[in-house]
Amino acid sequence: MSYLPQLLFVIAFAYAVYFFARNVKRLRRNILLGKDVDRKDRKSERLSQMIRVALGQSKMVTRPIAGTLHVIIYVGFVIINIEVLEIIIDGISGQHRIFAFLCPVYSFLIGSFEILALLVLITVILFWTRRNIMRIKRFLSPELKGWPKNDANLILYFEVVLMVLFLTMNAADYQLQLNNHEAYVKAGAFPVSQFLLPLFENMSSATLVIVERTAWWAHILGILFFLNYLYYSKHLHILLAFPNVYFANLEEKGKFKNLDSVTNEVKMMLDPNADPFAEPAEGEGDEVPEKFGASDVSDLSWFQLLSAYTCTECGRCTSECPANQTGKKLSPRKIMMDTRDRLEEVGKNIDANKGEFQPDGKQLLDDYISREELWACTTCNACVEACPVGIDPLSIIMDMRQYLVMEESAAPAELNNAMSNIENNAAPWPYNQQDRLNWAKEA
Amino acid sequence: MSEAMRVPTMAEYMAEGKQPEVLFWVGCAGSFDDRAKKITKAFVKILNKIGVDFAVLGTEEACTGDPAKRAGNEFLFQMQAMTNIEVMNAYEVKKVVTTCPHCFNTIKNEYPSLGGEYQVMHHTQFLKQLLNEGRLKVEGGKYKGKRITFHDPCYLGRANDEYEAPRELLRKLEVELVEMKSCKTRALCCGAGGAQMFKDAEKGDKEVNIHRTEEALETQPSIIAAGCPFCNTMMTDGVKNKEKQDDIEVLDVVEMIANAEDL
Ligand code: SF4
Ligand code: SF4
Repeated sequence: MSYLPQLLFVIAFAYAVYFFARNVKRLRRNILLGKDVDRKDRKSERLSQMIRVALGQSKMVTRPIAGTLHVIIYVGFVIINIEVLEIIIDGISGQHRIFAFLCPVYSFLIGSFEILALLVLITVILFWTRRNIMRIKRFLSPELKGWPKNDANLILYFEVVLMVLFLTMNAADYQLQLNNHEAYVKAGAFPVSQFLLPLFENMSSATLVIVERTAWWAHILGILFFLNYLYYSKHLHILLAFPNVYFANLEEKGKFKNLDSVTNEVKMMLDPNADPFAEPAEGEGDEVPEKFGASDVSDLSWFQLLSAYTCTECGRCTSECPANQTGKKLSPRKIMMDTRDRLEEVGKNIDANKGEFQPDGKQLLDDYISREELWACTTCNACVEACPVGIDPLSIIMDMRQYLVMEESAAPAELNNAMSNIENNAAPWPYNQQDRLNWAKEA
Repeated sequence: MSEAMRVPTMAEYMAEGKQPEVLFWVGCAGSFDDRAKKITKAFVKILNKIGVDFAVLGTEEACTGDPAKRAGNEFLFQMQAMTNIEVMNAYEVKKVVTTCPHCFNTIKNEYPSLGGEYQVMHHTQFLKQLLNEGRLKVEGGKYKGKRITFHDPCYLGRANDEYEAPRELLRKLEVELVEMKSCKTRALCCGAGGAQMFKDAEKGDKEVNIHRTEEALETQPSIIAAGCPFCNTMMTDGVKNKEKQDDIEVLDVVEMIANAEDL
């Protein structure tokens, strides 16, 4: 028996793992360009949130049709991957169907994989129809033009090809088992692929082996390729949804973070005893950050950057957004996609410049996200609530507004009026603070 | 109105060496906006009627800083917050109730880390508590059987997960509560939040408040109930825009309770 197939398999597998590891490293490095934020507390709450929302898909089903279809693909994907484990062991060890000794359990497993594969095939066709034929608004937004749309369809085609290969492989295998071919142990149940048998009945065993081996190889190589496609695709969510939900905000959605650096400054200003010329106490000093808010990806937190890679581009956020619903340019999905695109650009810049970012005259603000988008947000949290994977597009919008106002004093004029009113007379309108209780004297 | 309102201030309480049960945070809209002042007064009348021992800060109250923070001006926000916290801490305030979900959210969530820790309630939560304690009685009266839809304020609902308190009060009013197609966690914003109230909207094909009003009108209500002075303004404008102001009223839940009692 030749060891060549085993050798080829090990090489292909090792190469895929190496390439994948390289991308994971790059992903990690890019995410860690973000500022620190403490999301390591409340571990058990985080874990249960992850189990509920990521593993349990609890937010997907708020939209029953898309949600149910997604659950089918998700369950199919997870369970069929048990089979991939066997394929890998077979490939490395040169065995065939190494788990076959599990007899009835094995038959049950293979049978369920087949049924799931069929369900996945049907679901993928429905998804494709939703995306390409039905005019569903959230799939028609301008930010989906070009690569994002192709990416979404490519994923679906991939899944079709993988499922068809899986079923073909099984059908040919089954026919060989029926032909009593000595290399094909009698194992498994083939509730779906048995219907493909008429295609194979008249083939010689030699041809069948070729068909079976081709399908087997194409299937596993396809999976290894798909694994490495993730990094370039919205499909990365199948991995990152878990950490993203785990690290997602646990506080009330209305609670926006207070900037500590500002707190120190304000305390100084309000404290009549503070000596502005005093030496900063040990450990303090130099705490004023060089920049308030965010104008580029490195001003955001690692969680926000992780979210950018996690975004599934589903557009649930955008379809719930009041600004977007009323024709404004703002789309929270675009905020996430822009953040990812810019982060990738920064990452490539770092790779090209031996690990050092070289200023490229671009930033997230203006070059990707316009001011018009940022100012259209009502901070209503509908996007945050809608996101099935724990993403908070609003926090990025707020950080960027903060930059606009605190670094560039670039708020819209009416807002500047309201803010100077607050500063001068403690209300956003030009009323005197001394008149604040006048209502009590009115009938 | 049967009798004059009693609106004691914290300073008056302090002068007598007493503490009120709760501080009523009126808010900028509640203090200055003509429509919102009616909500403030309705709430005070109920508090007066059932004898809740409350006080206001009056001229010592200042904007919580919510619009400044949401506009991106963290500095101005914290100036407002610290000034208010200093005043409230000096009065040893423990419990705050407010008719504005924005004030509610800011004081409840964003003041604690700046040194202002209080038990903060939205007026609908407070009234619900009084109801449960048997201090407040709510009966249908003139609203019994009326078709009413409730607009969830973003800063009460999604921001703080309170969807039930206002609805429970409405149910006590024996109204026919009809929900809009997007409600509770998926409620649509009125368009005022995030400092939008104080600026023109960006270019689009519709104003957010018109969009929300259309959703409300689909339920064919005789009243749109609200729980926020800003939502109230936005929905009132929306109803006017649709020329429905003669058929549909926009009322705060607390106004309905006060009206039902003829206060
Ligand atoms: S918070 Fe802003 S971006 Fe998110 S849904 Fe509301 S208006 Fe849209
Ligand atoms: S942010 Fe969340 S809801 Fe919006 S497109 Fe991405 S995954 Fe979907």
